[in-house]
Amino acid sequence: MFPIVSKKKYNDTIFELEVEAPKIAKNALPGQFAVLVAHENGERVPFTLADCNKEKGTVTFVIQVLGKTSSYLLNENLQSIPHITGPLGIPSHIDETKNHIVFIGGGLGIAPLHPIMKAYHQIGKKNTCIVGFRNKNLVFWHDRLSQYASKMLITTDDGSMGEKGLVTDVLEKEISIQKPDLVYAIGPLPMMRAVSEKTQFHGIKTIVSLNPVMVDGIGMCGACRVTIGGVTRYACIEGPEFDASQVDFDELILRSRQFKKEEDICLRDYLKNGIKK
Amino acid sequence: MNIQKKRNHFPDRKAEDRVKDFQEVGLPIDFELAQKEAGRCLQCKHAPCITGCPVEIKIPEFILEIKNAQIKEAYHIIRKDHFLPSVCGRVCPQEKQCERLCVLAKTGEPVAIGKLEKFVGDEAIQKQYNQSSKIKTIPGKKAAVIGSGPASLACAGELIKNKIAVDVFEALHKIGGVLVYGIPEFRLPKKLIEKEIGVLKQMGVQFFEDSVVGRTIVLEELLSEYQAVFIGVGAGTPLFLNIPGEKLNSVFSANEFLTRINLMNAYAFPEYDTPIPNASDVIVIGGGNTAMDAARNAVRLGAKKVTVAYRRTENELPARKEEYHHAKEEGISFRFLISPLEIKSDESGKAQSVVFQKMELGAPDEKGRRSPIPIQDETELIQADMVIIAIGTQSNPLLPTISPKLKLNSKGYLMVSENLETSIPNVFAGGDIVTGAATVIQALGAGKKAARQILKKLEKE
Repeated sequence: MFPIVSKKKYNDTIFELEVEAPKIAKNALPGQFAVLVAHENGERVPFTLADCNKEKGTVTFVIQVLGKTSSYLLNENLQSIPHITGPLGIPSHIDETKNHIVFIGGGLGIAPLHPIMKAYHQIGKKNTCIVGFRNKNLVFWHDRLSQYASKMLITTDDGSMGEKGLVTDVLEKEISIQKPDLVYAIGPLPMMRAVSEKTQFHGIKTIVSLNPVMVDGIGMCGACRVTIGGVTRYACIEGPEFDASQVDFDELILRSRQFKKEEDICLRDYLKNGIKK
Repeated sequence: MNIQKKRNHFPDRKAEDRVKDFQEVGLPIDFELAQKEAGRCLQCKHAPCITGCPVEIKIPEFILEIKNAQIKEAYHIIRKDHFLPSVCGRVCPQEKQCERLCVLAKTGEPVAIGKLEKFVGDEAIQKQYNQSSKIKTIPGKKAAVIGSGPASLACAGELIKNKIAVDVFEALHKIGGVLVYGIPEFRLPKKLIEKEIGVLKQMGVQFFEDSVVGRTIVLEELLSEYQAVFIGVGAGTPLFLNIPGEKLNSVFSANEFLTRINLMNAYAFPEYDTPIPNASDVIVIGGGNTAMDAARNAVRLGAKKVTVAYRRTENELPARKEEYHHAKEEGISFRFLISPLEIKSDESGKAQSVVFQKMELGAPDEKGRRSPIPIQDETELIQADMVIIAIGTQSNPLLPTISPKLKLNSKGYLMVSENLETSIPNVFAGGDIVTGAATVIQALGAGKKAARQILKKLEKE
């Protein structure tokens, strides 16, 4: 059992969950994730470790309400999470040779950027951070990230905060001012693909963190297989970070919809009937 | 003395009934039937059957107790050698082991040793002959076991019996390894696994779920706290065919398909959250026991047509005969001498059909097995809205993260000495992670053997 320390709701769909998990907190490195089982009949769902406090022995997840697991975690008055396994995945390679790094976060994707940005900041690198949201009400953690950025830029689709438009528009401007050595992009698949197309055009190495469907998260099932440079890779044990220019995004987008119908059935069943004990 | 040449019939549920649910295929064995079968045992002094058993159960002795109606005694004879009779009675390939060497097999049918083991194990659970008390362990001697599948359970059992405290670390959220994620409920009910593992818990073995050694805990931490470590993490990672269309939706590795159903209870979706999509035409590629398990699960999930496609012939089929017959009884079609070339997609990105290459058998290889070779220009298209790939597993690439100091062989499995010790002193290993994919009972044998080596080593220290 993993006791819940706090739950903070940022808006209707995004909340933060801080959980006591001393072993995971002790060994976690930037870029890693954990698999969480929310209740005894629950699915194994991977979430990126958005933060961890090694002294307190806690880890923090930022979760978007999409299906049953996330709705359950937000709605129910829980004392603890039955199962959390981690830290999993290969940690981010903190590349000391890169000096100017642009971090791009779309929506929820800004949470997983946090530990990576922090790591680059700690070795004295110049970080630029671009975060994009649909509107002002959905903005979270931009102040937390701005601690580690020498430049913080916000875009919203409707212009209600920061610049109106897409993260890729702002990226284009930043590239014209000073070409970055490395780009990190985490967010929805179409956003990562758009960033990747742009940076490939400018010849800038770009890393993305992929979050495909997983079951065990430890290399046993192959559900998370992705095509990287024409070769099959398991995101759970060979990722989750990959060179964006090598990722087959079209395939990944198709695969991400694989269980859409079942996810809807499961969510509707939960909203109607609650959890069967 | 007139010995009945044929073994007694141990009935299964009717195929048409059992395909409708996930309940066990074999019916419970009653005492009269078990006793009658036990009466066939010749009680050979040299007991060749024992040499066929990787954990060396005293087979004639326990069978004699059944004949004498002393089931509790029979159970305790088995338990001297291992703790999982209900499991092994069901999943061991006895026809290749103990029963193959039974003297009766020379002139008729061997004693149904597996069925008798199942009977004893189930009786022990039902009548609670398996109740155990906590074992007082030797102070200052502790072993850590990584993984909780058959090899690890056997190792833990042997150690605790010899008064060594044992902690077991399992990566998944349930204990049992392949017994819970791989083997279907209708072949091995989960309740029985729980009960047999319960015996180890009663004796004082501690189990920790959600613990990935190399990630959650590092090996060095374990070595500072424990005097010996056993690695029994299994083979694990599924192989794919590397053909076009393999990443289409509704294409699964057998591991994923079975894990969803067994470990995550997807057959009871949405009562359980993990889904498995509906399919009407399922193709399973491969011919081993895992392929049979996948096909038989697909039938139970309601598929209209399930086809197993194997590139050799019926004679080379690696699956147990019993599983093959069960699968055929359940209406599964078998297509031999075809090998997949491509999985074709519908407009939504989901599998729609499989293109197969027709094959014929060529000359025997060095092992005497005839290899399949393609017949030029002869292909065939078979409709399928779900494709399950069951062509085997390989070593999990996560293994080196346990410690970079562990030496691996060219196939990525752990290198061990004759004593099953790895390249790191006091770290032992056994089961599929050493041998590559094998059977439950071979893993039990390896776990037990490693435990004996650990005991020797701990005695010296």
